[in-house]
Amino acid sequence: MITLNAKIPEGPLEEKWTRYKSTTKLVNPANKKKLDIIIIGTGLSGAGSAAALGELGYNVKVFCYQDSPRRAHSVAAQGGINAAKNYKHDGDSVYRLFYDMIKGGDFRAREANVYRIAEVSNQVIDHYTALGVPFAREYGGTLDTRSFGGVQVSRTFYAKGQTGQQCLLGAYSSLNRQIKAGTVTMYPRRDMLDIVVIDGRARGIIVRNLLTGEIERHSAHAVVLASGGYGTIYYLSTLAVNSNASAAWKAYKKGAAFANPSFVQIHPSSIPQLNEFQSKLTLMSESLRNDGRIWVPKNKGDKRPANDIPEEERDYYLERRYPTFGNLVPRDVASRAAKERCDAGYGVGETGLAVNLDFRDAIKKHGKKVIENRYGNLFEMYQHITGLDPYEEPMRIYPAGHYTMGGLWVDYELMTTLPGLFSIGESNFSDHGANRLGASSLMQAAGDGYFILPNTISNYLSGEIRTPRIPTTGSEFDEAEKNAKERIAKLLSIKGKNTSTTFHKRLGKIMWDYCGMTRNEEGLKKALKMVEELKKEFWSDLMVPGEGADLNQELEKAGRVADFMELAKLMITDALNRKESCGAHFREEYQTPDGEAMRNDREYSYVAAWEYNGDDEPVLNKEPLKFEFVELKERSYK
Amino acid sequence: MPDMKFKLKIWRQKNEKTKGSFVSYDLDNVSPDMSFLEMLDALNKRLVESGKEPVAFDHDCREGICGSCGMYINGLPHGPVPGLTTCHLAMRYFNDGDSITIEPWRAKAFPVIKDLIVDRSAFDRIQVAGGFISVTAGAASEANAILITKTKSDEAFDSAICIGCGACVASCKNASAMLFVSAKISQFALLPQGHVEAKARVRAMVQEMDRQGFGNCSNTGACEARCPKQIKLTNIARLNREYYKAY
Repeated sequence: MITLNAKIPEGPLEEKWTRYKSTTKLVNPANKKKLDIIIIGTGLSGAGSAAALGELGYNVKVFCYQDSPRRAHSVAAQGGINAAKNYKHDGDSVYRLFYDMIKGGDFRAREANVYRIAEVSNQVIDHYTALGVPFAREYGGTLDTRSFGGVQVSRTFYAKGQTGQQCLLGAYSSLNRQIKAGTVTMYPRRDMLDIVVIDGRARGIIVRNLLTGEIERHSAHAVVLASGGYGTIYYLSTLAVNSNASAAWKAYKKGAAFANPSFVQIHPSSIPQLNEFQSKLTLMSESLRNDGRIWVPKNKGDKRPANDIPEEERDYYLERRYPTFGNLVPRDVASRAAKERCDAGYGVGETGLAVNLDFRDAIKKHGKKVIENRYGNLFEMYQHITGLDPYEEPMRIYPAGHYTMGGLWVDYELMTTLPGLFSIGESNFSDHGANRLGASSLMQAAGDGYFILPNTISNYLSGEIRTPRIPTTGSEFDEAEKNAKERIAKLLSIKGKNTSTTFHKRLGKIMWDYCGMTRNEEGLKKALKMVEELKKEFWSDLMVPGEGADLNQELEKAGRVADFMELAKLMITDALNRKESCGAHFREEYQTPDGEAMRNDREYSYVAAWEYNGDDEPVLNKEPLKFEFVELKERSYK
Repeated sequence: MPDMKFKLKIWRQKNEKTKGSFVSYDLDNVSPDMSFLEMLDALNKRLVESGKEPVAFDHDCREGICGSCGMYINGLPHGPVPGLTTCHLAMRYFNDGDSITIEPWRAKAFPVIKDLIVDRSAFDRIQVAGGFISVTAGAASEANAILITKTKSDEAFDSAICIGCGACVASCKNASAMLFVSAKISQFALLPQGHVEAKARVRAMVQEMDRQGFGNCSNTGACEARCPKQIKLTNIARLNREYYKAY
């Protein structure tokens, strides 16, 4: 069994990070250029860390599957990025941001990590502004903020509904500066197929060049995964359709523990599915809930057009159930409430799987112009996709798979249980507990990349300065390459009747039905069997045309779906193990009489870090969560 | 709306070295709510299930922001509806029974890799040449230390939303990348943070643009008309001004 040592520095909460930085081991500039670092992924965390590590003088190699690093999925984040600047003078502080995240995550995150991300949040905003990210501004020339779900202060910096794009392009520009400087080498259109472990340390990777099909070896003194989340396991999700879990999954199979895999955020407001070929659900930013009011008809099965339903026959169920936070409750709460209404037969639209998000009152109050200024691009997007005009009738929205709080277990230094392998951004588990608050994913990814990892990785690398450049000719590389090639050959040789997409869709349905917004023991056990059967079917009836030594998009997909099949099992296992409800993990057996999540702090106040155990069941390692600075409370938004 | 039928004529090309040609496909049961890429997914499902190679195309976010997708649809980059990327183009914008011709971007600087996939790495090389502000992590001043008027900042944002899809190059008879380059130059020219390196930046980016084999701008405005993010031609005027100022 592995040992989980979180390496949390001693001292008061607000001094831990400063103390850590002042005492951690450094690498001198002359040695830095002799040290190689591999980074997988070019989103906010990957591109940011590549830039920052390049600036420090390390020799960095960056890989992404897209044709350009500028397309990483951080690009699609809409609503904003949090920071504790307190520019609105509304009582915000680093502590309050920390507390909101701890509470929002339903007391299932590590205090020291969360406090640190809150601490660096202000530096992130300073840095992006300096990089030329055009955040929204007030008429006086200062930066504007807006409020987001689950909090009572206005701390979200934004660039219309395209904050992720603007932050990512900022990160991309700093990455480009280092590519020009020669500290960073970029390898686009590469899929990571395996991690190479030598003498118990991560020493390299095997990648497939997606243009030529060539299998390549790359070595380094440390490997950083910035490969994002695994929300596409649901097939229909708000993520880019090629987002995948493979890099993290390969790391798990090479010894990195996977933490809280069942903690998955289902976002409350996405455009509902419109046709069976749809592979993507488009998100409608949470910022819309600042002005939009969510409702369903009071009468079951009321099929009248929304505008024909009089005020007294509308049920603004979030305002009714949660008068303090109203439409601004956290995402997990909003999603479950929508599901509850639709399951009870009050849903709207043809399928009954949608609720109204209505701007009528906001338009009446502020005028169409103001609403257009705030959300113009989102309204336009909605209209293009659905053919309906949200200025004239309510949007229809429904929850969709979105963000994964779970991920690779990391210590305070963001290192996994595999020495030399680090994990940053969404690919790790560390900061969001059982539910992430809006606008904190960009914050965490950027904070990890620019300001945390560059300070922590030196502690590991200081012990590597005598390790010469690692050759890629060793037996460990041979073995990893052989395994990768064999798997490709196997996927190509099945020649069955169904596409990997068909299998992915079926897997997604199982996960959505039994390991989605709500879970129960019976359903989870059933899902476990179904996934097992589906996996067998996949390996006997898959069709991948073409060859391995060529650009082959079906082969890329097949490899990712094969990994999802395995990850699904771990997610279900984790959901079964956690016999409590917390944040986004809602076990139907554990709820209060009025349907709220019921935590069990006595037995489950721990991080479940799963250890790969070959063909046997994974081993559960527990990292107890100690709350020294906040008091454990029932999370209430009423 | 009932399902629709289409006659597709799609460019198939095995790789950069071989010659390509159009192949025709009939596709029915297309829902008007499908996006253009979902329509291609439906075709590809049929092809793969019969053991044939699917039509290769770049795509990722499918919400019009990553810039991966892009193809000529009946001769128009991203198809007939202004302001939309291919992934956002719904089939309801077509008529039942339409013939649709689909091709990869055609430009010397964007060689075809396979079917509808082209190599747009020339865009990255232009950005590497100078599309950044040189600030090291940790060196930034407090974000509100520099005030920027809202109008300037909004204008910079309007230039900064370029998604790098390449439709501007594809729509230009000269295959010019001026709109793409000018969007980045404008964003930084409008912000005080970008002024320090303005001259070196514009020289480097224009030089790299020329080196990558893009054509010159002859002010036809096709790029603005076809840009899915509706980046304005005035950016090109600003690029020219910045360029003159730099020498």
